Amino acid sequence: MVVGLINANPVVYEKKERRPRTGPVVLEDEYAVESIDHLVNFSLTFLHHIRDIKDPEHPYSLEDLKVITEDAIEVDDKRSYVRVTFTPTVEHCSMATVIGLCLRVKLMRSLPSRYKVDIRVAPGTHATEAAVNKQLNDKERVAAALENPNLVGMVDDCLAPSFE
Amino acid sequence: MADSTHCVKLIESFVDSSSTPAQQAASIDAIAALVKNDMLTLESLVREMAMYLTTTDSFLRARGTLLLGELLACLASKPLESETVLSLIGFFTERLADWKALHGALIGCLALLRRKGNVGVVSSSKALAVAQSYLQNVQVQSLRQSDRKLCFELLGCLLERYPDDIVHLDDVLIPGICESIDGEKDPECLMLAFHIVEVLVHLYPDPTGPLASFATDLFENLSCYFPIHFTHPKGEDIDVKKEELSRTLMVAFASTPLFEPFAIPLLLEKLSSSLPLAKVESLKYLSYCSDKYGAARMAKHVKVIWSALKDIIYTSPESVLLLESEIVDGMSFQESHTVTEALILLQKVFCQNSDLLIDLIVIDEDIKKTVDSIYQFKEYTGIPLADKQRLHAVGSILYFSAKSSIGSCNRVFEAFFPCLINALGISAENSVALLSSPCNFGATYLCVELLAGCRALVVRTKGNATSNVIVQEAWCDILCTYSTSLTKLFSFTLITGVDGSTQNACLHSGVKGLQILATFPGDFSPISKSVYESILLKLISVVTGNCKDAFLWKLALKALVEVGSFVDKSEDTEKAQSFNAIVVDKIASFMLCDDLSMPLPLKLEIISSIGTTGLSYMQKFLQGLECSLLASLSGVYVRGDPENLEIATSLLECYSCDVLPWFDSIGGQEEVQFHFALTIWGQIGNILSFCASSQEQKLLSAAMTAMQYAVGRCLAENQTVIIDRAFGILLSTTSLPINDLMDEITSVKVEGYKSNDDLGCMSCREKWIISLFASVVAALRPQAHIANVKVILRLFLTTQLSGHVPSAQALGSIINKLPVKVENMDASNVFSLEDAIDLIFSSRVWSLCNEGPTNCSVARNNNETSIRNNLLIQSHAIEGLAWIGKGLLMRGHEKVKDLIVTLLSCLLSNHSEGSLPCTEQEFLCVMRSAADAFHILVSDSEACLNKRLHATIRPLYKQRLFSIVLPIILSLISKADSSIQRAMLYRAFANVVSGTPLSAVLSEAKKLIPILVDSLFVLSEDILNKDIVYCILLVLSGIMTDKKRSEVVEENAHIIVRRLIALMSYPHMMVIRETAIQCLTAMSELPHARIYPMRTQVLLSLLKTLDDPKRAVRLEAVKCRQACVSYMEFIYPQLPRVHIAIQSRHI
Repeated sequence: MVVGLINANPVVYEKKERRPRTGPVVLEDEYAVESIDHLVNFSLTFLHHIRDIKDPEHPYSLEDLKVITEDAIEVDDKRSYVRVTFTPTVEHCSMATVIGLCLRVKLMRSLPSRYKVDIRVAPGTHATEAAVNKQLNDKERVAAALENPNLVGMVDDCLAPSFE
Repeated sequence: MADSTHCVKLIESFVDSSSTPAQQAASIDAIAALVKNDMLTLESLVREMAMYLTTTDSFLRARGTLLLGELLACLASKPLESETVLSLIGFFTERLADWKALHGALIGCLALLRRKGNVGVVSSSKALAVAQSYLQNVQVQSLRQSDRKLCFELLGCLLERYPDDIVHLDDVLIPGICESIDGEKDPECLMLAFHIVEVLVHLYPDPTGPLASFATDLFENLSCYFPIHFTHPKGEDIDVKKEELSRTLMVAFASTPLFEPFAIPLLLEKLSSSLPLAKVESLKYLSYCSDKYGAARMAKHVKVIWSALKDIIYTSPESVLLLESEIVDGMSFQESHTVTEALILLQKVFCQNSDLLIDLIVIDEDIKKTVDSIYQFKEYTGIPLADKQRLHAVGSILYFSAKSSIGSCNRVFEAFFPCLINALGISAENSVALLSSPCNFGATYLCVELLAGCRALVVRTKGNATSNVIVQEAWCDILCTYSTSLTKLFSFTLITGVDGSTQNACLHSGVKGLQILATFPGDFSPISKSVYESILLKLISVVTGNCKDAFLWKLALKALVEVGSFVDKSEDTEKAQSFNAIVVDKIASFMLCDDLSMPLPLKLEIISSIGTTGLSYMQKFLQGLECSLLASLSGVYVRGDPENLEIATSLLECYSCDVLPWFDSIGGQEEVQFHFALTIWGQIGNILSFCASSQEQKLLSAAMTAMQYAVGRCLAENQTVIIDRAFGILLSTTSLPINDLMDEITSVKVEGYKSNDDLGCMSCREKWIISLFASVVAALRPQAHIANVKVILRLFLTTQLSGHVPSAQALGSIINKLPVKVENMDASNVFSLEDAIDLIFSSRVWSLCNEGPTNCSVARNNNETSIRNNLLIQSHAIEGLAWIGKGLLMRGHEKVKDLIVTLLSCLLSNHSEGSLPCTEQEFLCVMRSAADAFHILVSDSEACLNKRLHATIRPLYKQRLFSIVLPIILSLISKADSSIQRAMLYRAFANVVSGTPLSAVLSEAKKLIPILVDSLFVLSEDILNKDIVYCILLVLSGIMTDKKRSEVVEENAHIIVRRLIALMSYPHMMVIRETAIQCLTAMSELPHARIYPMRTQVLLSLLKTLDDPKRAVRLEAVKCRQACVSYMEFIYPQLPRVHIAIQSRHI
């Protein structure tokens, strides 16, 4: 069977400009807490990492394809809670679970363990929305998926650019 | 001659498919060496190889040919007989048809064709034969990348070295080249291919020649690469950069005018693309190509280019208006790359077809519409963003139109100026009626842009056109007619600023307009002298009067600076006189009077910015500055006036930061510095009683900095004068024990008594004089002669004991600069370095340091306070000794060793006897100052002993200290019996290591790593040591990132990782945590057998760090974790199970 690309010709959007982080403040308080959030600026939090995750099919980042946008991320540092809502490029995208898995692995590796991570497909953007959501938030199934060397290799490929 | 069996062995080892690449390379080198040394002739070699070169086994044949080819590449400079070359090139030419042995044949051909000069080159007929064989036999695009590259190199070599022979092949050559390039995708090959096209085109300069018929094909091959777009992922190593490739393609595009009918339409088409990259590239190519194709060929494209350019400049979505708060230049757009390139192209078109373009601009509907609707743009804030963009676009188009040539300037003036004038509501006569309503911003803005263009035109044509020519031009007439009313109008925009009704953008335009009008070059100026003066008056009145509107004030000052530097450069004496009379004199008088209406910092800013435009201006201001400095200083001395204190401080800072460095930078003005130093000393000498004030320390340090700077810049003989003068004042100060110090016997007594007093006992005047004197001494050149060195040394030794740091620094400076030996010993007051050292080693400072705190025989019987006092004095003595040691160390004197030993003995002084009434803390203080003495020794100081202050610096002095101290400290650490001693030794060690250049530390890495790790452990216990801990961590990370030392790091991986993990949670300093994690990331690259056992520990502690309060630390933690995780999964695929169980626990 010849497997074609699921979405052969995706729309590539213009990226939001990344502002460089402001230089070190001279009189910075050594003991002040910089909390994990994205209220200041999308690019200023470490959550900006997930926008650099590569799409499994194309050499573009999730941000390029508008799979992830700034307002689709909800962080509550006090309650240790993160919710990411992503939008697959096409409704029948079978890569949705892989994208979700990438997001989860990336967040697992980047967030302190106190966090509860919730990953969802944006409502009405996927044919099997409920199934995908269930799969992505089931810890047994995620653990099982990560034991599959093929899947882990794929996830690592997608994550590689986000660590640069 | 080498025996043939050896040679055969070498050949076999190369040809053999089982030998490694290294062996093959070695055998090539061996054969090449034999041939180079004439142990073997090429003929005999070829005879030995005959079988390999002709066999039907294609693998052996290919290897054999490759051997011969590579050998020839090694022998590029070895002279060869012409027959040998002839037969070899014949062989390789033939081999080009043999595609299995092609690689070697290409290398061989290339090596032979590249031979230079008189070592035997390929004849032109043979080169032609190579080209023919190549064109006939080689199918470039069916080969692999390395062979394709060789093919292109061969082609390039043929074209460059044998052009006259190749040129006759035209009917096969050009199609052949087209064919070889067609479909090429590799960047390296493309670089060569584009270059080949460029060279090829130069072979056929005749526009009707053979190239003409092939131009279409050739360009078609090139055009598909435009615009260059790399799809390679970032990580891949490509030697060729996108910019280089794009540049080469551009040169190829522009190589012949024959490409013009194809290239320009293509570029224009890409210009309308929506990709910004394509736009920028097209604009660049268009600018470059239009230069090369020539004005005549470009003329027919002007119209299309203009409309494309207008679209970009007019509606470029990328140019975003800067926010109101960010405005520095009035209405300014952050211009995108595209617009910048578009404006460059616009200038190019103006250069080539100015008349055609200006016709188009003048009749352009959009521009006309904007200019006609200018009435609407009355107020800046009322204009919609799109209109602002349009206004900006029209402004830049007008600017470039006026700038490009006299003709276009005339046209543009005639077309648009009347309309603008109407909108502004002014006429040729000076109508005052207009002043009733606020001015029209849009029209002002465009007017200023137009004027700026005119000025640029005049400046540009100044060299080649006489002023008469310009004055006769139409635009000039128009401008002269209106200049007076324009000046009035611009001035008027500034006046309305007072009631706050105008916006910054309006002010900016007004000031810029005035500045442009005032800076038209002298032989041509549209304004009369009186108008010029009124402009200056206007600006100066803003600067001196209106300091409430900071924006306007800054603008006006900037404009004045521009005008000033313009006047200073031009030879126009009339303008210079006006500027002097109106601006400079006004400011100078403004400084002199005690006008409190303007804050001092603003006044100083005026002086430092306008003064720096011309020497004569600054000299005028200097008098005012000096007067106010002296007045405020005496105010401080006599009355202790806090207001004057502040004034004097900022005046001194202005001297040391702006004025004196400026005089220094223009050179030849040492007199100013000299005069300044003498003036200050004169002032101090005259005032006999000082009024003590609480915050004078800041003033004193400002005075010392200024004094040090001034003296440091003086010539040696002037320095001698200053030091004599200062010493005279010192002598006259009766409260100081100078006269006692003159005497040998009493001096000892004085040292003893005086030092018991602390600094507070010195009177204010004494303190000033001593401090300033110390800063003079520290800034002296080695050539400057100091009389009474002995007395000065004794004085500083005394004051230093009371904790006066500048004295200690001055001591170090004297020791550093004293001459070693003095020839004429007859003069009694001539003093050499040896005498000075003797004096110091017999002084109380030295004995105090050698006593040790517990053996203070004097103190034993005395009460607690005097012991405490004694300890304090001792730590001062140690500090003084450190500065003296630094002076000795920098000049490379041997005695520094004794000094180091003394310092170390102070550091180890045993205080365990509990008999003394003092607390441990006080003893620790002495020990700590001994440890920190090493910091003084090894670090660079701003206050003294540096290059700026003429210190004698031996190269590598830090390395020397390192090699002296390291063995001693290492042995002491191993012997140390108490934890405090050990901590102090580590502290001293850390100071030395962190100050030593890394290259020196690296060579000792093996010994150092365990000690570094231990010192991290010991020092990180005390929060006060955090800076030192950071320094050591940096040294450690320096060792770890050095590739050559990875073995050492590997051996100690265990202890390093354990220490780094502990530092990862160091609570007191963010950079320490960050650096520790970075070091761990670097460690993950070590061989896994070493790292693997520690991994779980690292990952677990990283989990905690992911929750660090600081963002930077968290980011590093994520990176480090990724490094560890990916490493682990790579080596042990079955392991993730455990780890992922940890990870997914909390889903």
